[in-house]
Amino acid sequence: MQQLNLRAEVKNLIFSYGDKKVLNGITLPIYENRVTALIGPSGCGKTTLLRCFNRMHDLYANAQYHGEILLYPDQRNILGKEIDPMEVRMRIGMVFQKPNPFPKSIYDNVAYGLTVRGVKKKSFIEEQVEKSLQQASLWNEVKDRLHSSATALSGGQQQRLCIARALATEPEILLLDEPTSALDPISTRHIEELIQELRKDVTIAIVTHSLHQAARVSDFTAFMYLGDLIEFGASDQIFTNPKDQRTENYITGRFG
Amino acid sequence: MEAHQDLLANIKRRQMWDFVFALMGLLALLFALVTLLALIVDLAITGVPRINAEFFVNFPSRFAEKAGILSAWVGSFCIMITTAFCAIPLGVAAGVYLEEYSKKNWISQLIELNIINLAGIPSITYGLMALGLFVYKLKLGQSILTAGLTLGLLVLPIIIVTTREAIRAIPNTIREASYAMGASKWQTVRYHILPYSSGGILTGVIISLSRAIGETAPLITIGALTFIAFLPTPPVDGQFPYLNFKWLMDPFTVMPIQMFNWLSRPQPEFHVNAAATGVVLLLMTLIMNGGAIYLRSRFRKKMKW
Repeated sequence: MQQLNLRAEVKNLIFSYGDKKVLNGITLPIYENRVTALIGPSGCGKTTLLRCFNRMHDLYANAQYHGEILLYPDQRNILGKEIDPMEVRMRIGMVFQKPNPFPKSIYDNVAYGLTVRGVKKKSFIEEQVEKSLQQASLWNEVKDRLHSSATALSGGQQQRLCIARALATEPEILLLDEPTSALDPISTRHIEELIQELRKDVTIAIVTHSLHQAARVSDFTAFMYLGDLIEFGASDQIFTNPKDQRTENYITGRFG
Repeated sequence: MEAHQDLLANIKRRQMWDFVFALMGLLALLFALVTLLALIVDLAITGVPRINAEFFVNFPSRFAEKAGILSAWVGSFCIMITTAFCAIPLGVAAGVYLEEYSKKNWISQLIELNIINLAGIPSITYGLMALGLFVYKLKLGQSILTAGLTLGLLVLPIIIVTTREAIRAIPNTIREASYAMGASKWQTVRYHILPYSSGGILTGVIISLSRAIGETAPLITIGALTFIAFLPTPPVDGQFPYLNFKWLMDPFTVMPIQMFNWLSRPQPEFHVNAAATGVVLLLMTLIMNGGAIYLRSRFRKKMKW
């Protein structure tokens, strides 16, 4: 196995919505060019943790962070008050549970990240659009209708479009929040293969409800329960030889 | 067998109540529709024969058969334009601010409550306020500008409320998608919120203007004239810069006031003129509201999330 480099590090992260504490001190490494899966029963805080990475909670009132998420190599704490959430979101891309393409053309969707950054050079935007659509293995299906509406695509295609949209700005980390939960098995397989391909270029953190998916696509797995990180380790170890009783109970289907 | 009989009787009894309620509802609806229809038909029978080309290009006159609504419809038109120019930017900006920017706390709830209240204030109150503010304090006179501003204020709450509703119909997933790409608030508003809500906003604007076009009380309060035999200064002239806004400061009359004026005369020939004006006003409102409904259905079809 190649050498492991840290890409981000969650340090004693406490997150609360108003009075309600959702994460009680999470510490977790995210390794470069690896896929880290967050698993756990509903309400355990895995999506909340993922959304901390690009400060999505800042969009809503009463969100409070304590602790740090350090982004390597510069070791900046992206939860710091002095850091603008826009900066964080420019460096860390996200794909949501439900495909959410803009009701615009396919091209405009993928180019959006560059548009908001003020990129004007058309040839560069075109290049990036093609490259990201190819990375998301969607190019062949849409290359002849880049300017037709994105909402006319199937659910699976829409989700790959959302991945392409996130990739177009070459993010340092890609966050996937249950990216296949709204998709059929074939589209799901497509996306899983895609994740395997993408880890060459980008670091991925994925929240999933499917343990099989986590086992198939991830290098590392973090099991969360009631706002705590119970166990973190290489996926092989977590799924074959969990150390904590609760992890074992969960992956053998005894609760959750 | 006995039980089955009971069951049937039970069903029959409940079906009878179904029928009774449906009948009551239908009667209520018919009552409203028939009254409205009777009014419109009566108006149309009296008014439609009077409508001809001359009616639109003649000024009001002492002779009923020579009188027309030229100054009235031009006045209505100029005031609608002024109203739209004042109310649309203000209303849309306020709506966007309240939905996308402001913090959701008790102050914003208080503001929301007050906006809804403002939409329900009797229009004459706006006229009184405008008389004090625009006519006396700001010395804008009894002009098209004053009237446009007054009606602009009157419809502002309607535009704010419909703008907010149109914006609220945009799912949060779209906002999250935009912000997750590193967009700023303004970029999210500019690229997503405004384009996706424009259909709803436009509908609200048209509906508010169709309300403004029929308003009489506030304009009478600010001192609109009821008899005007001249037009506002043309906005285009032969001298550089070929455009002027002198018409904004000209006196005016509008169609409902013209109608009111004719109705208050004793001669029945003038009442025919009033009915004809009513028909024109009604048609304009119908066209505007029809346009609003058409636009709304078109935008709905286009927007899929």
